[in-house]
Amino acid sequence: MSLDINKKIDINELLQDLDKYEPKRRGWHWREGQNQKRMVGDFEYHETSEGLKNFIPLPGSRGFHYIDPQPDCVITTEIASGRFEDDIRRMRMAAWHGADHIMVIRTAGQSHIDSLIEGTTQGMGGIAVTRKQVRASRKALDMIEEEVGRAINFHSYISGVAGPDIAVMFAEEGVNGAHQDPQYNVLYRNVNMVRSFVDACEAKKIMAWADMLQIDGAHNANATAMKAWKVRPELMVQHAINSIFSKKVGIKPENIALSTVPPTAPPAPCMRLDLPYAVALRDFFSEYKMRAQQNTKYMESDMREATVTHTLNLMISRLTSADIQSTITPDEGRNVPWHYNNIAAISTAKQAMNGMDGLREIVKLDMDGVLGHDVRELKERAVLFLEEMLEVGGYFNAVEQGFFIDSGYYPERNGDGIPRQIDGGIGVGMIFERDADYFAPVSVHYGDNNIPKEFARASDAIGGDTFEDRTKIIYIDELDEHDNVNTRLKDVEKYKNTSIVKPEVEWKADGVVAITIFLPLPERTAEFAAIKCGENMGLEDVTVVHKQCLHPSEGTLVEIKGKVKFDINVDELIIPEKPEVLSAEAVRADIQENPIFVVAATVGQDEHSVGLKETLDIKHGGIEGYGVKYLYLGTSCPVEKLVDAAIETNASAILASMIITHDDIHIKNMRKIHDLCVEKGIRDKIMIICGGTQVSNEIAKEAGMDAGFGRGTKGIDVVSFMVKKRREMKNED
Amino acid sequence: MKRADDYEVRRQHIKNLSDEELKAKFWELAEKAVNPMLELGKKNTTPAIERSILLRMGFSSMEVKPIVEGVISKGLMGKGAGNVVWRLSKKLGLSVREAGVGLAEGKYWDVVDILF
Repeated sequence: MSLDINKKIDINELLQDLDKYEPKRRGWHWREGQNQKRMVGDFEYHETSEGLKNFIPLPGSRGFHYIDPQPDCVITTEIASGRFEDDIRRMRMAAWHGADHIMVIRTAGQSHIDSLIEGTTQGMGGIAVTRKQVRASRKALDMIEEEVGRAINFHSYISGVAGPDIAVMFAEEGVNGAHQDPQYNVLYRNVNMVRSFVDACEAKKIMAWADMLQIDGAHNANATAMKAWKVRPELMVQHAINSIFSKKVGIKPENIALSTVPPTAPPAPCMRLDLPYAVALRDFFSEYKMRAQQNTKYMESDMREATVTHTLNLMISRLTSADIQSTITPDEGRNVPWHYNNIAAISTAKQAMNGMDGLREIVKLDMDGVLGHDVRELKERAVLFLEEMLEVGGYFNAVEQGFFIDSGYYPERNGDGIPRQIDGGIGVGMIFERDADYFAPVSVHYGDNNIPKEFARASDAIGGDTFEDRTKIIYIDELDEHDNVNTRLKDVEKYKNTSIVKPEVEWKADGVVAITIFLPLPERTAEFAAIKCGENMGLEDVTVVHKQCLHPSEGTLVEIKGKVKFDINVDELIIPEKPEVLSAEAVRADIQENPIFVVAATVGQDEHSVGLKETLDIKHGGIEGYGVKYLYLGTSCPVEKLVDAAIETNASAILASMIITHDDIHIKNMRKIHDLCVEKGIRDKIMIICGGTQVSNEIAKEAGMDAGFGRGTKGIDVVSFMVKKRREMKNED
Repeated sequence: MKRADDYEVRRQHIKNLSDEELKAKFWELAEKAVNPMLELGKKNTTPAIERSILLRMGFSSMEVKPIVEGVISKGLMGKGAGNVVWRLSKKLGLSVREAGVGLAEGKYWDVVDILF
């Protein structure tokens, strides 16, 4: 099975022969071609990696020949819809926009399940991480990476009370990265601390064999602590414990990544707090990798605000370093991420990193001033934390005494940490001392193993384990006959390979749409009025996802979501045909024989010039390049002046640009040009063409123009139209 | 516990360390903190570790759970669940897979009693 760009990924086909599927490769993959200067389009980049075979560039790339420079660091997107069959489609879209680290979140509560789970049951806030779902996702990614031309890392979580089980399954299924941090289990999942560390030894050993990248769980302290910036010394300690512990178990340092989040966000003066922390970390942990995550702690439902915070986070990454740049979707403060918000987050990262390419070459951190002072202080506070931890008898005792997630700026203590008992928590009493004749007949194992003398290697006793012979893996398909992917696919079957479609944000045909509404009402009234608006529009289950007071009495912005009740049949749509564009050679030949002269201007009180200039200039692929001569009258040109100029120069066409659309001024101006030309008796001799971001051919023709051109128009489109239209006009004569 | 910020008092013995010395101290302390956990890991096992071993020996997640639970109730976790299955297979002349599946189905537990 391979993908065709023009076809949707077929989940049924993907699931065929899944029991026999072998992942293409194992291990983590960094981007290729880092640390070298690279020409992309007109520019030399200093912090990029190899480009993609298939991609969707940033919208602004239109002005730069649609380039899509890929930053040097891996870019992560987190997907959590709870249905792997829908996640997979989103992974494909994300890969085209530049994500090469796909992190699937686990369903709520999985960390407390003392076993692997199987099948394809629907998850909540993430998928049930099962062998079948992992294998299907990896199989899809194996194809998606071929499509975009870059290796994609697949990632999930090795935590909870089934850590070693999951580590084995991930190693067998070609999962490339995972969160693994025993402290996370202890502090946030109340798993017994001894159990958590003993399990972690085996899980990490397996991860080392599978060459997986490990990300720690320290960032959770940011999200949990009352005042996130106060836990910075503790965060360094948490990072250190997991990093050195993992290294000593056997994971190579370049596969050990710190999950680090700039702790604060505006309106706090976050740069002054977050930057020293970022520098201190990179100094102390120079041996390890940085997974720069974005702040979630101070996220509200405002996507604009979240994007600004995340852009500041990206600036920290560029001012210091990031090996993996993770992204948080701007809607995380509202709901489980929607398709297009994963893309928004990836684009924010790509855009900011492109923009700040090479920043460190021109901006230097001043370590002699307050920054150096703060960096040193943070490091000292972290050292003091470790000292006191050892003084009280070590890590376990420190946890018992509530050292962690205390909102005091250590050594300050506020007494609000999360204390856990060494003899408490989930899985307590389930730790067994290995006897002298303990034996584990597997090829990868941590700790004491009394291998019988007759075997050179432990797994020889069983003729090799699944890591050596994958035919021994037992694949379970489904356990629940109702809650599984087949049932779900059947429910949406009418949308598969048919002309029937329904809007969606998360799951196929979920019907959800979002609407932005301004109401000249106070906040609370506006909220209920907005719901009524949604209901009157025919939406079901209308809820407010965001509101922002603009003034206590003048008005409120409200965003609602709701479900549409209808399907659309695309076969019944009336879609005007895209005009056929003549070849460059054909139009050049035509114009050489019969020259075309045009007058052009941005009309009305409108100072926009870029679009029209691009349409005209030879440099930007404009009509000049095809032999058209023009007179450009500039911006804010009265329509009378434009029409008079056309008469004086005996022009073949008028090109009028209109960007401002307030009160439909663009349509009024189109009519005015048309009427003037009629009045002056030239309408049947001249072509009138207008363009602008909000202009469409239909609107323009309705207003008396011969053609209208909108966003993304190129010179060839306009010139091709003129050549064809002129032929038509000649025939009419 | 509540405590005011006594950073200035506590830092006296480290304030004159160079940045390199401070970093070395940080890692020396971190290593000391994790050594006991690494030791615990060497000398102990858990149901999850034993399940992970059985998975790698070619058993499904459905099979490994009852085997480990049986090994716990027989008080044989110190021997290793994989070891129990392997020894059983030798004792009965069965394949490792046959022995383990048998245990998962509730068979052969009487033989397990005499394996060690």
